Amino acid sequence: MSTELIPLAVVMFAVTYPSRALGLLAPGLDRLPRGAIAYLQLVGPAVLAALAAVAVMVRTPDNGPPVFAIGIEWVAVLACLGIVLWRRNLLLGLVVAVAIVVIARGTGFAALPPS
Amino acid sequence: MREDVPALTEAPAEGSSAAATASPEESRRRLILEALGIAVSAIGFGFVYGLSARQAGFSPLEAMAMSTIVFAGAAQFAAIGYVAAGLAWPAIALLTLLLNARHLLYSAALGPWMAGVPRPRRAVMAHLLTDEAFALAIGHFRRIGRTDESGYWIGAIASTFIPWNLATLAGVYAGGSIADPALLGIDIIFPAAMIGLAAGLISGRRELVAAFAGAAIAVSWALFASSAFGLEPSTGVVVGGVVGPLLGLLVPAALASERAPLGTPASAERFAMPGTRVDDDAEGLP
Repeated sequence: MSTELIPLAVVMFAVTYPSRALGLLAPGLDRLPRGAIAYLQLVGPAVLAALAAVAVMVRTPDNGPPVFAIGIEWVAVLACLGIVLWRRNLLLGLVVAVAIVVIARGTGFAALPPS
Repeated sequence: MREDVPALTEAPAEGSSAAATASPEESRRRLILEALGIAVSAIGFGFVYGLSARQAGFSPLEAMAMSTIVFAGAAQFAAIGYVAAGLAWPAIALLTLLLNARHLLYSAALGPWMAGVPRPRRAVMAHLLTDEAFALAIGHFRRIGRTDESGYWIGAIASTFIPWNLATLAGVYAGGSIADPALLGIDIIFPAAMIGLAAGLISGRRELVAAFAGAAIAVSWALFASSAFGLEPSTGVVVGGVVGPLLGLLVPAALASERAPLGTPASAERFAMPGTRVDDDAEGLP
């Protein structure tokens, strides 16, 4: 069984723990510069949206540069987004996204992603 | 530390207590009910994480190491994408640092409430501090007007850590027995979860601009710049994640329409995972 990624987990812990611990262990850290707070608030949405966009919109063929991809995955992800905004329920959004992809691929409407 | 900016929370000064809006017993019962809802959500997401990790090639040990050692849902989901895309570890570390930097806001907000808890226990509390633990704990503390350490442990361990890890294990083993994950649409879970989590963090135009800018920059970089410079397309996520927030900051405060600035009653609920409403009534979390 592979253990190659366990050191990566330790690295991720090492960069996560300080932000979790500083405020609890360093008294008086409840006041931060406004600019730092504002930037930190925006990082989450930006990183997560960037991850989703690259995962859905960019495909890298075996031999060649990355290409812009359009497919049923767009519909599924947008449906999930709509449900989260409407019902504030991510689990339901994920179920709907998976259902859209399964039906589209199962009926031959959409191709399977390259492995 | 700056004294000219508002504190992140309205914790009572040492030796005093804030105005309570519920008895400890009443608030504890409510905390447990909320924790049950969060636990159901954690089980669902933990299972999905396990499935996705397995599909991306993580071994059961590696997936479980992520869930116990890192214990940060969004960063763990993101790591699946980073590893699958072959992103270098320093870049993964940078993105994880940025993505989890929001915990600094939570710990800073909880810090004054926990000042009386022995330091070693606070050090353990820190590892278990998640979006959900923060939302549950600060809501409970503010309802009773004082710190309740047991309440923190209920929110952090019983509702999140244990369900998340058990569900990860189940997902990893279930994922290993699926012959063709693409036919079951498992590959769509990762981007859908990412966009859903991003939407849950948006509470104003600045976040919206940061998200759109981050996505657009990431895709543009992945398609064009990474080829030109011979870099992996996944480096676009780093560039989008760092530059997107800077563009979001360009939105003037008057136009930001911030619905839940930190330090206000809406801020705690804002950080709850959007799979479960922590509060539904007007008297909700502080």
